[in-house]
Amino acid sequence: MPQPHPEEEAEFCVPVASINDIVTARLEGRALAERLGFSPGEATLVATAISELARNIVQYAGKGDIVLRSAHNGKRNGIVVIARDQGPGIGDVRLAVRAGYSTSGGLGLGLPGVRRIVDDFQIVSERQLGTTVTVTKWRG
Amino acid sequence: MAVPILKQSKYLIATIQSALSDEDLLSLQTALVTKVGQFRSRGVIVDVTALDVLDSFASRTLRDIAHIIRLRGAETVIVGVQPEVAFAMVQLGITLEKVSTALDLEEGLAYLDKKLQHAAAAP
Repeated sequence: MPQPHPEEEAEFCVPVASINDIVTARLEGRALAERLGFSPGEATLVATAISELARNIVQYAGKGDIVLRSAHNGKRNGIVVIARDQGPGIGDVRLAVRAGYSTSGGLGLGLPGVRRIVDDFQIVSERQLGTTVTVTKWRG
Repeated sequence: MAVPILKQSKYLIATIQSALSDEDLLSLQTALVTKVGQFRSRGVIVDVTALDVLDSFASRTLRDIAHIIRLRGAETVIVGVQPEVAFAMVQLGITLEKVSTALDLEEGLAYLDKKLQHAAAAP
């Protein structure tokens, strides 16, 4: 098993333009989480969050990026996931993060679900300019 | 990557081999619905042991598969949801309600045998 590199500094961008890129993005995210010493359970949460965010990009904006970045808080490692697109933006952000709300016929678990499984959740969205969701997950 | 579907007597067994794209999941749905008719199958097992993530889309597709297969007259059981995947699903708010699950392939087969026996014995 590879040893985690606690001080690893990483930042890279996974372009998301089709549904196949969703898998790539979440595999990259899981790999980074594991390198940062996340447990398999925590790494799965990170991968799940990335999967939801990447799908939102494909579904609503067509294309965008997932940026994965390592974070450190003292000795604690974390991972920052930034999902950004230049799509139509979200009309009502407060509604979009409410459980059960969906405009796509989905389970309505996308954004509210992601918010539940991460430690920090920020969303900035502007009509016609796009949406950026930034989430942080710290190692337990 | 297409999911291989194996016919074993009156059951179909679909074993997911790796992380699946949305497209692969939808193809699996179509393939299973067709094959249930083609082979007159009574039960379907979807083995998700190799799945790294069951997000809202994958969960919804699995739920749809189970419901569509039921409308085709067969039972579906999802087997092999990994512990960390199950944990993440619940945190996300996914419960796969009204979808049968079993620990692994063996338990899944036992479940279907019992379910079909029960159905045959009913008046």
